[in-house]
Amino acid sequence: MIKVNAIGDACPIPVVKTKDAIKSLNGAAGVVETSVDNEIAVQNLTKMANQKGYAVKSEKISDKEYKVTMTIGEGATADDIKEECLVTDTGRKKRRVVVISKDHMGEGAEDLGKTLLKGFIYAVSQQDELPTTILFYNSGASVTCEGSVSIEDLKSMEAQGVEILTCGTCLNFYGLTEKLAVGGVTNMYDIVERMSNADLIIKP
Amino acid sequence: MSEEKLFCSTGGCTAKLGAGILDRVLSRLPRGDKDPNLLIGFDSKDDAAVYKLTDDLAFVQTLDFFPPMVEDPYTFGQIAATNALSDIYAMGGEVKTALNIVCFPETMDLNILGEIMRGGSEKVIEAGGTLAGGHSIMDASVKYGLSVTGIVNPKKILANNGIKCGDALILTKPLGVGIICTANRVNEASKEAMDKAVKSMTTLNKYAADVIREYDVHGCTDVTGFGFLGHLREMLDGKYSAVIHSDNVPRFDEALSYADEFLLTAAGQRNRNFAEGKVKFNGVPFAMEELLFDPQTSGGLLIGIEKDKADELLAKLNKVCPSAAIVGEVIEKKDFEVEVIK
Repeated sequence: MIKVNAIGDACPIPVVKTKDAIKSLNGAAGVVETSVDNEIAVQNLTKMANQKGYAVKSEKISDKEYKVTMTIGEGATADDIKEECLVTDTGRKKRRVVVISKDHMGEGAEDLGKTLLKGFIYAVSQQDELPTTILFYNSGASVTCEGSVSIEDLKSMEAQGVEILTCGTCLNFYGLTEKLAVGGVTNMYDIVERMSNADLIIKP
Repeated sequence: MSEEKLFCSTGGCTAKLGAGILDRVLSRLPRGDKDPNLLIGFDSKDDAAVYKLTDDLAFVQTLDFFPPMVEDPYTFGQIAATNALSDIYAMGGEVKTALNIVCFPETMDLNILGEIMRGGSEKVIEAGGTLAGGHSIMDASVKYGLSVTGIVNPKKILANNGIKCGDALILTKPLGVGIICTANRVNEASKEAMDKAVKSMTTLNKYAADVIREYDVHGCTDVTGFGFLGHLREMLDGKYSAVIHSDNVPRFDEALSYADEFLLTAAGQRNRNFAEGKVKFNGVPFAMEELLFDPQTSGGLLIGIEKDKADELLAKLNKVCPSAAIVGEVIEKKDFEVEVIK
């Protein structure tokens, strides 16, 4: 495996370094692992791999470190151009689903837990990449209802295309059905489907 | 003086904050009482602010600055000024005064700053304006731009969201300068490509604007950091959709080959992310997709005009901007905002 360190490099340097590493394989099969420090670089590398037909996977090591691993088949050169696809889906954002299953975050003092959850939702709303969907169930259902401290943050995310969905059975159980203040209502089948199709599930 | 070189990191409009991040911050700002004379402000996604003084006089105000995207300081000054002046033209205005905005390292050769400002000043003069002052601060890296004030008749403002269903869309400059500058930074751009890109980035939109003024144009914006598709979507304003014929979109062919080499910017990918789910590509090559997302420094004007008038306007535009072309049309709102076909 060839390791490429592109930490601290701005686009397109990570791609340029990775292409050089692929060239050094001289047509042999191999694996190239590139380290970068931001998600946009991951997306640009993934785009290249998809266009060239290399198998690619990426993982987040920490806030400032991501690894992109490409598996290059025999006979591939960095100059190959994959046939143009008719409708491309390159550079697709990951489907991230945030799951809020209770009205506080973590175990311990419940007041603290509520403050933490408020902070968590605010922090989610400030990320470069917003999640695709946020699901609320059980006592988490109260977070999308009147009186919740997170309504503004959730509305702002909803306005930017994030799906906010609350479990209908839960709203009903807690007598909150009329109090829903942001997003839509969902059911168990939908929750299961969204969680199964997620690339990443984030649970505070 | 041509020996002096600037350090280019991620310059020009590729240095712009992503539209996604910006939307979130702007939507939370406190707003004071609405001033009825502020005809165009934050609320619209327009190129500049327009404030009405009398029934037939308003001033147009804009500001733009960024880090270098070319090594030659004089050229950088010209590009930064051309880019800053462009917003006045995109509103249908006339340039009057400009103020320099400068960030410059204390230890760097002052001759470099002189060259940057000479380039900027020449463009302000070419635009028919006067350089009236400015503000400079010490900073770790070079940044330059202008705050420009112009005038416009309030009845003749070219807002960017006045387009109508059936309008033809015209683009006046080729796409791809962002990708070419990026390739240049890693020494993979040809001199010819870079020369063409520089010529395009230092061409004032004034000449196109002078032609447009004679026509009843429905909408006009300049294509800059958010890329062609980003600025087109602002123009559609959620009210319409558009079909773009990518084969007709003016572009630098070299930029297509650099895109195929993945010499892409982070800003271009941010533009792609921001458009996710809103833009449908049908049979469009990957490189052309990238050009449509490519952040343009000092890009051309994107114009919406009644279809019947489009050919006549284009013929006149072609005399001052030979690359200008009809690139698509506005259609009624669909479940996608933009469809790009071959």
